[in-house]
Amino acid sequence: MAIRSFFLFILFFSSSLSPVFSLYEDQVGLMDWHQQYIGKVKQAVFSSQRAGRKRVVVSTEENVIASLDLRHGEIFWRHLLGADDVIDGIDIGLGKYVITLSSGGSILRSWNLPDGQMVWESSLQGPKHSKSFLLVPTNLKFDKDNVLVVFSNGRLHAISCIDGEVLWKKDFEAESFEVQQVILPPGSDLIHVVGFAAFSQFEMYQINAKNGELLKHESASFSSGFLGQVSLVSTETVVALDSTGSILLTISFQDGKISSQQTPISNLVEDSLGPAVIIPSSVSGIFAIKTDAVTIFIRVIGKGNLEVVEKTTHEIAVSDALSISEDQQAFALIQHASSEIHLTVKLAHDWDGNLLKESVKMDRQRGLVHKVFINNYIRTDRSYGFRVLIVMEDHSLLLLQQGEIVWSREDGLASIIDVTTSELPVERDGVSVAKVEHNLFEWLKGHMLKLKGTLMLASPEDMAAIQSMRLKSSEKSKMTRDHNGFRKLLIVLTRAGKLFALHTGDGRIVWSYLLRSLHKSEACQSPIGLNLYQWQVPHHHAMDENPSVLVVSRCGPSSDTSGVLSFVDTYTGKELSSLSLDHAVVQVIPLPYTDSTEQRLHLLIDADKHAHLYPKTSGALSIFKREFSNIYWYSVEDQNGIIKGHALKCKCTGEVADEFCFDTRDLWSVVFPSESEKTIATVTRKLNEVVHTQAKVVADEDVMYKYISRNLLFVATVAPKGSGEIGSVTPEESWLVAYLIDTVTGRILHRVTHHGSQGPVHAVFSENWVVYHYFNLRAHRYEMSVIEIYDQSRADNKDVWKLVLGKHNLTSPISLFSRPEVITKSQSYFFTHSLKAIAVTSTAKGITSKQLLLGTIGDQVLALDKRFLDPRRTVNPTQAEKEEGIIPLTDSLPIIPQSYVTHALRVEGLRGIITVPAKLESTTLVFAHGVDLFFTQLAPSRTYDSLTEDFSYALLLITIVALVAAIFVTWRLSERKELQEKWR
Amino acid sequence: MEKGKGVMGAGRRWAVDFSDNSTAPSSRDIPDPPGFTRASVDQDDSAVSRQKKDAEANWKSQKAWEVAQAPFKNLLMMGFMMWMAGSTVHLFSIGITFSALWQPISALQGVGKVFEPYKDNKVDLLGPKLLFIALNLGGLALGLNTLGLLPTHASDWVSSLSPAQEVEYSGGGIPL
Repeated sequence: MAIRSFFLFILFFSSSLSPVFSLYEDQVGLMDWHQQYIGKVKQAVFSSQRAGRKRVVVSTEENVIASLDLRHGEIFWRHLLGADDVIDGIDIGLGKYVITLSSGGSILRSWNLPDGQMVWESSLQGPKHSKSFLLVPTNLKFDKDNVLVVFSNGRLHAISCIDGEVLWKKDFEAESFEVQQVILPPGSDLIHVVGFAAFSQFEMYQINAKNGELLKHESASFSSGFLGQVSLVSTETVVALDSTGSILLTISFQDGKISSQQTPISNLVEDSLGPAVIIPSSVSGIFAIKTDAVTIFIRVIGKGNLEVVEKTTHEIAVSDALSISEDQQAFALIQHASSEIHLTVKLAHDWDGNLLKESVKMDRQRGLVHKVFINNYIRTDRSYGFRVLIVMEDHSLLLLQQGEIVWSREDGLASIIDVTTSELPVERDGVSVAKVEHNLFEWLKGHMLKLKGTLMLASPEDMAAIQSMRLKSSEKSKMTRDHNGFRKLLIVLTRAGKLFALHTGDGRIVWSYLLRSLHKSEACQSPIGLNLYQWQVPHHHAMDENPSVLVVSRCGPSSDTSGVLSFVDTYTGKELSSLSLDHAVVQVIPLPYTDSTEQRLHLLIDADKHAHLYPKTSGALSIFKREFSNIYWYSVEDQNGIIKGHALKCKCTGEVADEFCFDTRDLWSVVFPSESEKTIATVTRKLNEVVHTQAKVVADEDVMYKYISRNLLFVATVAPKGSGEIGSVTPEESWLVAYLIDTVTGRILHRVTHHGSQGPVHAVFSENWVVYHYFNLRAHRYEMSVIEIYDQSRADNKDVWKLVLGKHNLTSPISLFSRPEVITKSQSYFFTHSLKAIAVTSTAKGITSKQLLLGTIGDQVLALDKRFLDPRRTVNPTQAEKEEGIIPLTDSLPIIPQSYVTHALRVEGLRGIITVPAKLESTTLVFAHGVDLFFTQLAPSRTYDSLTEDFSYALLLITIVALVAAIFVTWRLSERKELQEKWR
Repeated sequence: MEKGKGVMGAGRRWAVDFSDNSTAPSSRDIPDPPGFTRASVDQDDSAVSRQKKDAEANWKSQKAWEVAQAPFKNLLMMGFMMWMAGSTVHLFSIGITFSALWQPISALQGVGKVFEPYKDNKVDLLGPKLLFIALNLGGLALGLNTLGLLPTHASDWVSSLSPAQEVEYSGGGIPL
């Protein structure tokens, strides 16, 4: 009896474990986190509003306009402009509008400062491309309208600040005229436009700001030409460099007359410096020139007399001028000194006196100061105080005030190039990182609250407290490995060349490291980080080693500059070593072999198609030699439309006798006809993807064998005409061809043409299928197609007895040179959204069913079951097919609002989605990055292998106790009854 | 029972023992009648009873075989009923499937009890028992098969077959 009731309870519990389809409101933030960034700040404007909260408006290299709280650095509002809508200038007009000029000076927008709503937008066209300038004069009025002056696309515009209406415009049509400065002296209504023409001509136009009338046009010829930019030293004087970079030209155009003076740099500085460049600044009377080693500040006295005021070899950054009173301008200067930075604020006309001098301790991992923005405030004693906003080499943004860092933002994380993961250290007795509850009282209080919550006695405040306790649970942010593999480190490489390790539990930065190898140096002029690879993942016999990652970078933008490798320990964030290579890095091929210390073998291909083996150890070499004849590589030359396959030949012949360098030979090539096809997308399977089985059981217990190969490449080509924007071609002249190519033999396994379709193509390859997304011009809709590949040569392995006795060759190694007989099944569906990224979930053993993760145009991540993209779907599935789980065919894929992984959040500027398997088979970790970061856990088949988070352990325990008590009591009762029976 | 025994044991006054199973003369005092030899009667009796016992043993073993074969008919009937019930899920087919599973299991549990009456020193029950068990197992297999729990298809054996290793390895892609 008791046992039966126990079973009943078990049944009751298992039914209460019914699956949860999506997230409940109070589960937000339990497993996921979201971080908002803005990117490297290009320009900052401080809002000078007296009342209200102090704020600073910034524009960034990620095309973000944001308004930040000056007290804490939080984002008030933020707008991400499109990728081709680069911001050229921002300013604040009338104290309440943020004016932005973007898209090469062709779009001018006004935003409401308090809430970021757009007020107006106007498009500015012009005769030709040119530099663009945005000027917001404070007191230039036109019919009571405040006027903005914009120079863009070779045209000068005056625009109303209220509604964006163009009041007048003036074209500068001279063919070779290049505008250098647009000057609007305060308090005057003359606009000076200065520039160069025909390389050696200096031109000056004087324009009436009221109506755009050309008042004066002067030009002067300088036979030596010009180099680079000009610097404005006063409203009527500019300084330029001649084309040799050794003579300074001081050009003044007072009263419309051009006069000039030439000063060789060698006159100012004794020792020769080599070519210099002018650093543009807006501080009146002072400009700076910079050579390789030194920065020189030069003051202009009177009419073109130059005087060196400071010469420094330190890295230095100067802010723009800030006018603090009628005739006083201040500017900030930041100099580096070992682990500190020195901030000085000076007045423009008084170099030797300092308004402010402070030293701030600065983390070395932030690198150099790139930009400084200065702002002042009035202290309680009526004196001026200054605060500066600085942008560092790692793209972080800091506010300095009174010698302290008030706040900092890690905005480098807005531009992630590559992501990989690393395990955390194993928990040992010594490394207890978990924090214990502060004291007994706190502990008791916490548990009382939880009990109240369980018994539904909690008030709303209590509920909030419980929720915050859940969110802050120390369990998920521990620094050790957990059973389920949820806690990991996300190692990200940013465009600034900095590595960050983010904890998956709460997204905090565990360590960060500015790669030394990515610093500018003599040998390496403009280093750029390329990719991250897992270098060493200690498993069985190298447990004492720390895991490490390999950062591949290159010394310049072109592919034949030499490469740099750095190895970084992922536990400590220290660089283990770095290698400056004497060859270029065109491709990095991680091989599926590891040496005795679990270092993964990598093959680096240089520009001359030599293969270099890393690590350069004899152990690695012997492993490599064993597999030598089985290693191939391929290159996709998307410009020429050729895919080439190569094999390794022998040791490098030629100048350097290097054991680890190998010559390669061409094996095969696939040439796409250049007049009809252009490669736009290639995709392969992930190297670390695990496939559980090769068989797919279909209806009626039939078996299909998947064609699973690591060496398959999906290539999508479009008609050259159709490689532009969607809708730029008619359906008749556009097509899309999808190929599946074996990269060992060059065999084309499948080819399908979609007529009337166009890119961009987003594709994902997993197991034996590929899903790709493109635009169908005929239907005017996006489409998604799936191709599944099956191995027909295995199909007759259906004899049960052979399989029982193991007399089959299904698991024996196969060579790709044996001819495979494949069949493909494919189907296409309409899909509503256009995509930014596509990925697929991956789990530890590959048993769990898959979901596609689609980064939609709305910057959200949508999970779509792979079952919707099953080429065996039919309109009326048979009974057996229904049992198998085949969904009746529909022409479009459903978008279920609950299956947005990012729920209510947006990952602004979404660029990539990365999935990492957890140790728990049902669960996969998803990391989406763009300007924002988002992380969550997903269970595509729900958490079938663990109890859900809201499972009530207390209830289970109580039930068990109650049952045990009941058994005991009934046993006693029956004893007693029996005794009474005996006495009867 | 215990209670009664206890009472009897406590209150015993007298007892007569009627049983006398000695082969010796019924009483030591009274000799057997002349011409009566207890041994010869016994011998005669034993010959008859042996015959009788043989016949009984034969009968028992025959019966045991019959009992052992009984599940076969059951099996046929079950098979027919299942065929009639079809494979769709409703009350009737569920009931039949469960009875098809339950009958063999309960029969297997009571193998000893079924063959209890035919237990004899001279009868070899191993054969019938094995047949009985085999037939019941067959019935069970039939039941399990309708539930689809028997690995009779190729798919049951390959569903967890890991993919074959590839000899060659190739990497690369679009230049960095």
